[in-house]
Amino acid sequence: MSGTGGLATLADHKRRRIEELTARTSEAGGVSLIRDAGRRLLRNPTAMVGAIIILLFLIIAIFAPLVAPHDPVQRFPELTKDLTVDTIPGATAGHPLGSDPLGRDFASRMIYGARQTLFVGVLATFIGLLFGVVLGAIAGAVGGWLDVLIMRLTDVMLALPSLLLAITLVALASRSTQWTVIIAVAVVNVPIFARLLRGSMLAQRESDHVLAARALGVRRRDIVLRHMLPNSLTAVIVQATLTFAVAILDAAALSFLGLGDPDINRAEWGLMLGVDGVRYFEVRPELAYLPALAIIFVALGFTLLGESMREALDPKNRR
Amino acid sequence: MVRVILRRLIQLVVTLIALTTLVFFWLRSLPGGPVDALLGERATPQTRELLTRALGYDQPIWTQYGRFVKNVVTGNFGNSIRTGEPVMDVISRSFPATIELAIAAIIIAIGLGIPLGYIAARYRGRLLDNATIIVTLIGISIPIFFLGYLLKDLLTQNIHIFPPSGRITTGMDNTDVTGFFVLDGLLTREFDASADALWHLVLPALTLATIPLAIIIRITRASVLDVLDEDYIRTADAKGLRNTTIRKRHVLRNALLPVVTTIGLQTGALLAGAVLTEKVYNWGGLGTLITDSISGGRDYPVLQALILLAAAVFIVVNLLVDLSYAVIDPRVRVQ
Amino acid sequence: MRASRMQAKRLRTVIAAGVIAALAIGAAGCADSDRDSGGDEGKAATGGTFIFAGAGDPKNFDPIFNDDGESFRPIRQMYDTLIEHKPGTAELQGGLAESWSNDPTGKIWTFKLRQGVKFHDGSALDATAVCANFDRWYNMKGEAAQSQMIYYADVFGGFAGSPDAVYDNCKAQDANTAVVTMKKYKGAFPGAFALTAFSIASPTAMKQYDADKVTQNGDSFAYSAFANEHPTGTGAFTYGGWNKATGEITLNKNPDYWGDKAKVDKMIIKIIKDENTRKQELRAGTVQAIDFPAPADRKALAGEGYKVLDRPAFNILYLGINQKNPKLKDLRVRQAIAYALNRAQLVQTKGPGGATVADEFMPNTVLGYAADVQKYDYNLEKAKQLLSEAGATGLTLNFYYPTEVSRPYMPNPQEIFTVLANDLQAAGIKVNGVPRPWNGGFKDDVQQFGKQDLHILGWTGDYNDPGNFVGTFFGREKAEFGDKDMTEMFTAIGKADATVDMAAKKTAWEQVNRDLATKWLPAVPLWHAPPALVTTKNVEGLVPSPLTNEEFNTVTLTK
Repeated sequence: MSGTGGLATLADHKRRRIEELTARTSEAGGVSLIRDAGRRLLRNPTAMVGAIIILLFLIIAIFAPLVAPHDPVQRFPELTKDLTVDTIPGATAGHPLGSDPLGRDFASRMIYGARQTLFVGVLATFIGLLFGVVLGAIAGAVGGWLDVLIMRLTDVMLALPSLLLAITLVALASRSTQWTVIIAVAVVNVPIFARLLRGSMLAQRESDHVLAARALGVRRRDIVLRHMLPNSLTAVIVQATLTFAVAILDAAALSFLGLGDPDINRAEWGLMLGVDGVRYFEVRPELAYLPALAIIFVALGFTLLGESMREALDPKNRR
Repeated sequence: MVRVILRRLIQLVVTLIALTTLVFFWLRSLPGGPVDALLGERATPQTRELLTRALGYDQPIWTQYGRFVKNVVTGNFGNSIRTGEPVMDVISRSFPATIELAIAAIIIAIGLGIPLGYIAARYRGRLLDNATIIVTLIGISIPIFFLGYLLKDLLTQNIHIFPPSGRITTGMDNTDVTGFFVLDGLLTREFDASADALWHLVLPALTLATIPLAIIIRITRASVLDVLDEDYIRTADAKGLRNTTIRKRHVLRNALLPVVTTIGLQTGALLAGAVLTEKVYNWGGLGTLITDSISGGRDYPVLQALILLAAAVFIVVNLLVDLSYAVIDPRVRVQ
Repeated sequence: MRASRMQAKRLRTVIAAGVIAALAIGAAGCADSDRDSGGDEGKAATGGTFIFAGAGDPKNFDPIFNDDGESFRPIRQMYDTLIEHKPGTAELQGGLAESWSNDPTGKIWTFKLRQGVKFHDGSALDATAVCANFDRWYNMKGEAAQSQMIYYADVFGGFAGSPDAVYDNCKAQDANTAVVTMKKYKGAFPGAFALTAFSIASPTAMKQYDADKVTQNGDSFAYSAFANEHPTGTGAFTYGGWNKATGEITLNKNPDYWGDKAKVDKMIIKIIKDENTRKQELRAGTVQAIDFPAPADRKALAGEGYKVLDRPAFNILYLGINQKNPKLKDLRVRQAIAYALNRAQLVQTKGPGGATVADEFMPNTVLGYAADVQKYDYNLEKAKQLLSEAGATGLTLNFYYPTEVSRPYMPNPQEIFTVLANDLQAAGIKVNGVPRPWNGGFKDDVQQFGKQDLHILGWTGDYNDPGNFVGTFFGREKAEFGDKDMTEMFTAIGKADATVDMAAKKTAWEQVNRDLATKWLPAVPLWHAPPALVTTKNVEGLVPSPLTNEEFNTVTLTK
């Protein structure tokens, strides 16, 4: 295999980036850094652009039923009337973006698309985060052979390029559903979060407030839950923001490869782009352009905010 | 030292055996499978039964497993369900195609990425810098299969500049020596074939290069900025050295170190990108092989071999890396 | 510490590169170079090279071990069958046999062979060679080989020793007369003699290259040198190699062909799996013809001056109904489903160009098509009324549909399912869609286990015989339809199939088709969809075949 030569090095690269993030966010610890970072974020135009994009996306996603003119899965006679396999009606009264390949209202599908995309992105990120954080916390708090085992496991997972891992998982699941896609994309993120949390907890083990707590005789479980975990979470949140962008891009890629969500009733941007967008590109390019633009914008928004947060939390920038 | 190697080798064998077993039982538990993949709509129930027997699926699972292990140990991964060709032949044929594509993409990413990153850093905060940053951000936010589609549509359909797909013009009488078509053309002095293969390479390589390109630009920029900030550059500046001298002698050389490291680190990401790029451009490499062996084909022997090979190569590379650590850093050896 | 870490990292990169290089060299050593032969003929071109873009890899080139169109395309050019189809139709005409006849019992088939025909290896085609082929099939040894003779098993019932075997013997009456005797009459004949799978191959070459050797290896089979490197038939083209690295199959003109010699010197079948890429290559001028254009592209391509050639529709897409579900055993419910489907709209919105609503399970060019069957035009009220009469309101059905597949009769199963499900919902039937990958469980679940209530599937005909359509679907009990109690249907179809007299046979099949629509309704026929070919303007003489087995010897390239 070609990439496998580079697999170890890729894992290494990812691991290093995670370490950097951990180091930056957990060194100084404490509320002052976060408050400081928040102030710097508000003054950073890049972060604000990202935040506005995300906010807009969230509003459309949450209020989709109020914003959308129609039901996204209903077929309309006025649209199917002129629909054939090689002509898809454009804008008409009541349907500002015209029809999709099945005579459904494309505008409504784009709007509901925000909701499904949010659903896939959030779940994929959250599941990855949850398992990653639990594994990482165990590794960091317990240590010993369990730590070694978990870290070996994450090494293997980090070594595989993320999309390849997702493809393999979908293949091994034998059939794809929306859930296999979400899980495949989520699993890819487990090792990243696990490493992140473990590193952060190890860094804190020697920090003053943990040592103090230990000296006071606080139980280990309480130290981990009350002191160490909350302090690690800033790094996790930053990473989650960046992960969201990757998750919706990976979901789109799986759809394009024919391994995505098979239910084409579902309006999800990646699915709309990877299936209909590509198939009907010459008949109606908007079917590809609009979902693609939506994906690019949202991915951009999350990347901008994530990167800015990462920068703001970097103690190096505090001068 | 020898003990370490020995222990790791045992670990390697154990891991491979565990993985092999897992893959074997997993694939057999899936619905469909080879019998389904080998038969079309026309098979009668009798034929289905015959095939099940012929493939030995009526035998106890342990007998099947024994046979499978025996084959794998002798390096026999079976035949592709679709073409009946030995799996190893299929894989080794697809291999050069992907490497050729990846190398071309890396060349593009470096050739454009380092100068662009450097320029962005030099003009930090100005329009050019901001434009570069925005372009790189879009570069990592665009689904690359869609970018491929756009490039292909624009440059092969609207304007006929590049060929839409494949590695070489159909019917081109090229001689296959190494499987790397550009190289083959040079080796056999079929320069037309070499040029043709190169021409086919441009668009796929450009598509595949987007993400590494964006990353290299950003790292170059950041690293040049770091170096510009260092004391010795300030000193050089204070000494009144000419700007170009500083740039040549100090900034670029020092800034390139982390960049070079990053480039090596992009290899794995390239393979993931290759899966998408190869599908867009009908490029017969490993990426196409992976997708074909899953969607549509369910070519389990190929899939099985790909998973095992990937794991084996990964473990071996890791072992080599760890050993090299020991060679370089005496402290590891002591442990 | 830092320096050594950096060094280690660089070393890691170097090692990775080294491993890649080593693997690459190993791979290069294994790569075939099958381009050495046959490169020169094309260059002194008078007729030029015709490049045709196919949609998938062939399996191998031994006709009897294949059952799919992508394998048959090159095989058809290299081999001939005893009986052929008239170009562009499903009607029969002489092939290697100038004429054929059968006795009144329909068991003894006499073939008068064309004289002076030679195989590509120079050996003569005579009655002995023909009989050698029939005997080879019947006496094939080994389960591996037998399991891959899918058409043979279907048409001839079985192999030597099997009680169901139809074939008895083949005798060379004289050099040019072969007499094939069957144990019983079968409606499939004489049409089945024209099947590409039953092409006549050179016995000399088959012996030399060990044609019968099919070996099992892991989960698949390896075929003989005959099937892979030395296919030897009598066809208009000879084998010129398959370059797997570029996906090109080269066929050279056979200068000694017995019929119309090929007009082009060479033809290349280029395998391009993605329909979009096939179209783009056509536009780029690198291929002159493509198979199966995306239905969405037909209009655009025709507008740009390409020739869109429709094959007369010889297929059927149907909605299968599984009577294992007791509710679906009620004919009224099945009728309600038929009424609920707006098939006219399905054909208009999603049918590939030239598609028509199907009222029967076979196209109207097939013998026994009845003009007067009951039609189920879209009628939502009637559907609802029938459902409530049957006490089946609020019905929930599992609707299985395939993914990861595109078939000529079913270019886009997901869209078809979505439209049908929408119609059924409108009639008050709740649909639970179950997508399954084509090779990853769909065929198993639907045809072997019958897990579904409803499903979509179809068929492309092999020869002009109602048994090949209706008989295949409903001639015997199948898990696909859960129809074990419909013995009346099986008997009627069996009787029609066994009728030797052509007029009586036609009447019998017409009645079967009427009863299928009114009394049995085991499934709902949806559409007949003609698969298309597209060529550049300068391609002349390509006749599209309803059976998708075009022959390319008539193709010329004008400038």
